[in-house]
Amino acid sequence: MLIFSVFKTLTDQQVTVELKNDLSITGVLKSVDQFLNIRLDSIKVLDEARHPHMMAVKNCFIRGSVVRYVQLPSEHVDTQLLEDATRRGSSPRSHPFIG
Amino acid sequence: MDSLIPFTTSGSLVDCVDRKMLVVLRDGRKLHGVLRSYDQFANLVLEDTVERIYHGNAFAENWHGLFLIRGENVVLLGEIDLDLEDEIPQRRQVEYAALEPYHKNDVEVKKQREEAKAQILYEQKGFCKEGGEGDGY
Repeated sequence: MLIFSVFKTLTDQQVTVELKNDLSITGVLKSVDQFLNIRLDSIKVLDEARHPHMMAVKNCFIRGSVVRYVQLPSEHVDTQLLEDATRRGSSPRSHPFIG
Repeated sequence: MDSLIPFTTSGSLVDCVDRKMLVVLRDGRKLHGVLRSYDQFANLVLEDTVERIYHGNAFAENWHGLFLIRGENVVLLGEIDLDLEDEIPQRRQVEYAALEPYHKNDVEVKKQREEAKAQILYEQKGFCKEGGEGDGY
């Protein structure tokens, strides 16, 4: 639940998602759900020449289970807050992202 | 709970229904079709589906029809910008039968490369084998 909440606070930020099939997509995070499925807008594929099928795609839905990494904008992540939240445990009531 | 609507699978896919979509599957297949329905696991129904293969500057299509795709096989669902699709520096569409052998070869080469990579990672670099339980891909 904690990571889901972190992603929710990052909506409308630019993120880069690297998939397990080595496709990397940069785009604006539009939404995320409980499975960490990700919706990206205005996408840009790194190494587009290797992935020609993505050229006509402007926004996409990525299934959470195929994501390897998500690169986050560090200026929008409070790692201190995350550290504290992790220590406190992640029951929905005790962490700071759900008001 | 209203504020949670964008944070569900159904909330984020509802505006894709009845549009031309690209679906990439875990085995690398690329399907183009019209999204007609879906659920919370990203199980998808695609209508008038064609499979596209690419090789170099050419592509080919193979018509399949109506698909129900089990969610676990979905990598990515992309909305195709029809204007952008027309603007792309034209790739050549060729007969599927003509391109298929090249595509099969590409797939085979890639598979071998992946296997070689996994072997090195396992034997020399201390990684575990992929595809184990709970790997999810």
